[in-house]
Amino acid sequence: MPEKVLMKGNEALAEAAIQAGCRFFFGYPITPQTELAAYMSKRMPKVDGTYLQAESEVAAINMVLGASAAGARVMTSSSSPGVSLKSEGISYIAGSDLPAVIINVQRGGPGLGGIQPAQSDYWQATKGGGHGDYHMMVFAPSTVQEMVDLVSDAFDLGDKYRMPAMILADGMLGQMMEPVALPESEGKALPEKEWAANGHQNKREHHIINSLYLQPQKLEEKIRERYERYHVIEEKEQRAECYRTEDADLVLVAYGASSRIARSAVNKAREMGLKVGLIRPITLWPFPTKAIAKAAKTAKAFLAVEMSMGQMVDDVKLAVQCSVPVHFYGRTGGIIPTPGEVLEQIEKILGGDR
Amino acid sequence: MARIIVNEETCKGCGLCANACPKKIIGFVKEKTNNKGYHPARLMKPEECVGCCACAMMCPDMAITVER
Amino acid sequence: MGIVFEKPKAITDVPMHYCPGCTHGIIHRLVAEAIDELGVEGRAVGVASVGCSVMSYDYFGCDMVQAPHGRAPAVATGLKRAIPENVVFTYQGDGDLAAIGTAETVHAATRGENITVIFVNNAIYGMTGGQMAPTSLPGQVTQTTPYGRDIKTAGYPIRVCEMLATLDGVALAQRVTVDSVRHIAEAKKAIKKAFQNQLEGRGYSIVEVLSTCPTNWGLSPVEALDWLRSNMMPYYPLGVYKDVTKEEV
Repeated sequence: MPEKVLMKGNEALAEAAIQAGCRFFFGYPITPQTELAAYMSKRMPKVDGTYLQAESEVAAINMVLGASAAGARVMTSSSSPGVSLKSEGISYIAGSDLPAVIINVQRGGPGLGGIQPAQSDYWQATKGGGHGDYHMMVFAPSTVQEMVDLVSDAFDLGDKYRMPAMILADGMLGQMMEPVALPESEGKALPEKEWAANGHQNKREHHIINSLYLQPQKLEEKIRERYERYHVIEEKEQRAECYRTEDADLVLVAYGASSRIARSAVNKAREMGLKVGLIRPITLWPFPTKAIAKAAKTAKAFLAVEMSMGQMVDDVKLAVQCSVPVHFYGRTGGIIPTPGEVLEQIEKILGGDR
Repeated sequence: MARIIVNEETCKGCGLCANACPKKIIGFVKEKTNNKGYHPARLMKPEECVGCCACAMMCPDMAITVER
Repeated sequence: MGIVFEKPKAITDVPMHYCPGCTHGIIHRLVAEAIDELGVEGRAVGVASVGCSVMSYDYFGCDMVQAPHGRAPAVATGLKRAIPENVVFTYQGDGDLAAIGTAETVHAATRGENITVIFVNNAIYGMTGGQMAPTSLPGQVTQTTPYGRDIKTAGYPIRVCEMLATLDGVALAQRVTVDSVRHIAEAKKAIKKAFQNQLEGRGYSIVEVLSTCPTNWGLSPVEALDWLRSNMMPYYPLGVYKDVTKEEV
């Protein structure tokens, strides 16, 4: 067991990327992910890596595209308004079948919004912030340790499926400190990328990394091929934690920072004798529909708790398929709901069943 | 002794070669239309070609090979 | 008799889609000749930009990456940083480089990013059908300046080489053209030097090539060359605006 160290979420994300073999980081300053880039600027030169502060988020994501095209393991990080700017590049990365890891330490929006934690980029992350038919894998850690573990998975699965992967964190997780065990994976062999544009050395046909297909039949064919891969991912890569759901009448659904509050509320409710559980999606795309559909067979109602006006709740409703009511409680604009507020909702919903 | 060989299928009949030719001995084959629908360039007076490469240098489609 | 002139090896056999008489093809050839002569095709990676030249990824024989509009210098930065031994070049038009990609261009240049940039300036957006470009001349009629480019409302064209020459990171900023055999020979020398600079680690090298767009200018290919000479060359004088190899002497 590696020794545990106390780390800030943003710094843990950065160190985890380095441990996962990432040697290229292209960033642009934005609150509340600042420590991540600062950490990279300090660490990358020590591991013979590249830290580069780009002229904009737009440039940074395209540097990621270039390094990924060359076959490198590469990452960028930002926060909500910056991720909007990166969305063009993410669409191109997806359209070019390139792997890359993008960190979004979410803050309040729309527009410049605020700098306090929020979860209002769920739609942007899971439904495609950029244009076109595409998906990226979206991971939602809820602890600093999970941030570390998921960064490594995001790189590996991104490489496996040749697609971008996002860690959807928020300002609370980015700023909090918790003890973490870092994996000792430095020096592990990374997968061969036979498709890379890394110079043909006069030994093979030239590789073209491209997202342009002027013939509609060709473009449709390419997208269908990509969607076959997406279906495999939806089948195999859904992840969720089920907490006290076995006998639950009411199942809360919450991810990331809000799942920590929801968990406290579930514990308090249980102390009061209320049968309440929590499903915590760990992957937001693919959304853990299987776990939710299973719970929907026994639960009497669901309650989605988010730091937004209600975005993930749509996916919960789709998974529940109208079999039982799906309620929503959220705070937004940088306000974190309290366990007491959530408990109040629980009591309101279960009022008749007590 | 010199000659040019025009790839008549990639030629687009743009005329830049004929314009560049110092001897003005390149013309266009009106009776032939290539796959793209253009009348390709052809050396009209082969005996006068000196192989200066001006036509090939100006050809945007790299359709001209020069031998000397 | 032996072959004294033929298509360079670093060009594929894919037929080019460019309009008849468009000088893109000449510039492609010069880039490929430089790659052949320096013997670097095996480690060359080109970045195709958005515009008429987007499909250059099919024409250059080396590995190619297609960048979003204007982002070629950023994509090239990623490619070059990932594998510094590779020879990375961008091939960009005026809309791409001097409008939507101005920030990426200026910052790749000022970082002294060790890449080669081929900048094709034909004073118009060709692919989308002839709209005003950042380099369209005052008074020039385009689809979106039907009464001629009015500098009072549309502002002035950008002289890219002059602007970039002020930056310390730039190794070479040179403007050339391909309207004649003599100028093509000069353009070839400049392009080769821009690649040579990269091999020697000198930093950002840009060669601006004044080019034609017969279709959108509404002229025959030969008339287009005349228009380039009498309109573009006076506004965009040919010459070397910065060359660190000269400064070294």
